[in-house]
Amino acid sequence: MSPRAAWRLERLGFREVYDFVPGKMAWLAMGWPREGTAARVPNAGEVARRGTPTCVLEDLVGDVRDTVLAVGRHVCIVVNDAGIVEGRLRGSALEETPEATAEEAMEIGPTTIRPSEPLEPLVERMQQRGVRTIVVSDLKGHLVGILYREDAERALEAAREHDGS
Amino acid sequence: MPKEVAIDGVRSLVDDGAQLVDVLPEAEYQEEHLAGAINIPLKRMTEDAVARLDRDRPVIVYCWDYQ
Repeated sequence: MSPRAAWRLERLGFREVYDFVPGKMAWLAMGWPREGTAARVPNAGEVARRGTPTCVLEDLVGDVRDTVLAVGRHVCIVVNDAGIVEGRLRGSALEETPEATAEEAMEIGPTTIRPSEPLEPLVERMQQRGVRTIVVSDLKGHLVGILYREDAERALEAAREHDGS
Repeated sequence: MPKEVAIDGVRSLVDDGAQLVDVLPEAEYQEEHLAGAINIPLKRMTEDAVARLDRDRPVIVYCWDYQ
C-alpha cells in the first residue's frame, strides 16, 4: 500500500517522498514512540527496566560479577561488538567460574521479546511458565532492557484502574 | 520517483523535519500509529486531503509492513 501512496503523492506534486518500507510493525518493534488508543496500555519495551549491565564476549566473569553487584543487579547481558545480544550471565554462571570468559560461561541465545509485545498475553505466558524476567531486544537484536514480571503486572493493574475496568 | 527508506534512515529523516503519513484506514491509525504521524488513507488521498502537508518538507509514507 505505501509504494502506491508514495507514487500518488508524487503525482500530486510532492518532490521528496519516501516509502518507509518496513512500516509500522518495524517501527514499533524498535521500541520507538507511538500514539493511539493502544498506547494507553504500556507494552513490553515501555515497562522494561533500562540500564541493565552489559559486557562483551571477552570479559572475565569475575570482573563482570563485580560490576554487576556494584550496581545492585544480578544479571548481565553479553553483547558482541555490534551491540547485539549474544547471551546472558546470571546465577551460578556469574558466581562459579571467575576466570572464564563471558562467552564460555554465558547462556547462549536467551529468549528475547520485541518492545512492541503486548503486556497482557505476555504476563499470562510468564505466569504459566514461572518466568520472572525476560530480555527485551529491538528488531535488530540490540538490548532494550529487562522486563520484570512484577513490573508488567503492576503496569497492567494501573492501566485497568485507569480504564475503570 | 519515490525513494525507499529503511529502519536505519527513517529516524534521522524525521528528526530533520520529514512528515510522517500513515496511509492505513482511519480505524487502524486511531488504534496505534507512529508518534507524530498524520493519517491520510490511500483510498482518500486527494488534492484536498494532502493540502495539510507542507510541500517544502520531505514526506514519509508507511503502512503496516512491506506489503
